[in-house]
Amino acid sequence: MRNLNSLKAGQQIIFSGTIYTARDQAHKRMAEAIKAKKRLPFELEGAIIYYCGPTKTPKGGIIGSCGPTTSARMDEFTPALLAQGLSAMIGKGARSKKVKDAIKKYQGVYFVTYAGCGALLSKYIKHAETIAYRDLGPEAIVKLEVKDFPLIVAIDTHGRSIYDAH
Amino acid sequence: MREIKASQITKAVMELVRRANFILRNDVRFALGSAYRLEKNKRAKTILKAILDNAVYAKQNSLAICQDTGMPVVFTEVGQDVKISGDLKAAINKGIKDGYRKYSLRSSIVGDPLLRGIPKFSPCIIHTDIVRGNRIKLIVLPKGFGCENKSRLMMFKPTATIKEVKKFIIEAVKSAGADACPPYVVGVGIGGSADYASILGKKALLEKLSTKHYTPYAKLESDLLKEINNLNIGPMGLGGKVTALAVKIQKYPTHIAGLPVSVNISCHALRSAQIIL
Repeated sequence: MRNLNSLKAGQQIIFSGTIYTARDQAHKRMAEAIKAKKRLPFELEGAIIYYCGPTKTPKGGIIGSCGPTTSARMDEFTPALLAQGLSAMIGKGARSKKVKDAIKKYQGVYFVTYAGCGALLSKYIKHAETIAYRDLGPEAIVKLEVKDFPLIVAIDTHGRSIYDAH
Repeated sequence: MREIKASQITKAVMELVRRANFILRNDVRFALGSAYRLEKNKRAKTILKAILDNAVYAKQNSLAICQDTGMPVVFTEVGQDVKISGDLKAAINKGIKDGYRKYSLRSSIVGDPLLRGIPKFSPCIIHTDIVRGNRIKLIVLPKGFGCENKSRLMMFKPTATIKEVKKFIIEAVKSAGADACPPYVVGVGIGGSADYASILGKKALLEKLSTKHYTPYAKLESDLLKEINNLNIGPMGLGGKVTALAVKIQKYPTHIAGLPVSVNISCHALRSAQIIL
């Protein structure tokens, strides 16, 4: 994602491109892989992670319901991923002070998207392919191609948070 | 004795799984609609619109309202004049498993809480009541864990004031903040024992949101709702008039030494469906 620095907390944007799903157990595994200096399932440099565990894909469909899960549960793993080059995250809810500081330090961005709207959000997914951690079921890593995916900037590269604003 | 076959129960549970996950409860939809009309904040209005659109899209396309299709909680009321041929619990779990598979829902249940393991569709949680009559009532409540994680239980002293109880309930909502998909429905269980208060808090979520109690608890519910909606958490926690759609309280007699209070928060995607066999 280009021009991350120009984004401001509170801004609503639409995004088209590649994002990777990863939630609790995938984060735990990636954190262990980083510690053990092992290869990660996808290149973190410049990547966007979506905290999401979709429902099963209906017959003939691209993906099932696929809204965001609570981001705070990923907080303990996030600074290490940002240090590896992760550029942005999509989820729901507030983040810890540590994550906010790491976002500022590594010039990342945290987005939120419509929470509890998994059916609606599936409209914006044009392609989905499971690429790693298949044994985790809905927590596997899925590479998604999205078009016009709605996002709200929740923490910008300056560390400003939408949750501090009100 | 009226006979009900286990296979009938399985079939009924499968249908409840579909209805609960694909079709938002009418009372919840109405409450969200009023919240949308009431809201002045532009961003909050946009989010509420997305929530309402999501319900329509889910129903039209047979998609889960939310990808967290929950830990299914099944409330059963079995009439004492019913003879069930077969295994009731196995029949319910089969209905959950087959329904979740058939309707492409999510396998969110790990077999061991500490060792975790590969997520599966079942088992569900089953609460069974024996009641008079010769019918069986089944309710399926797929409870998402974003909000379930924000549950609270407090064993108050019997001399605690209503003010203290209110403060605890409001703090529970505050600490859920933006995380658990507001606007919430706040289920509260007061009295009984630690376990029973928790069940009451969850059962409160099954009440029709527009139902009014004609007891002193009605005032408590409306006072709490007013105070919660003054928190300005709003949809997605980004501010707004509506932080909760309703507060529902269920109560039960309790012990002279205590006052258990349980808070069970539901996200705006409060899903449940019921049938009487």
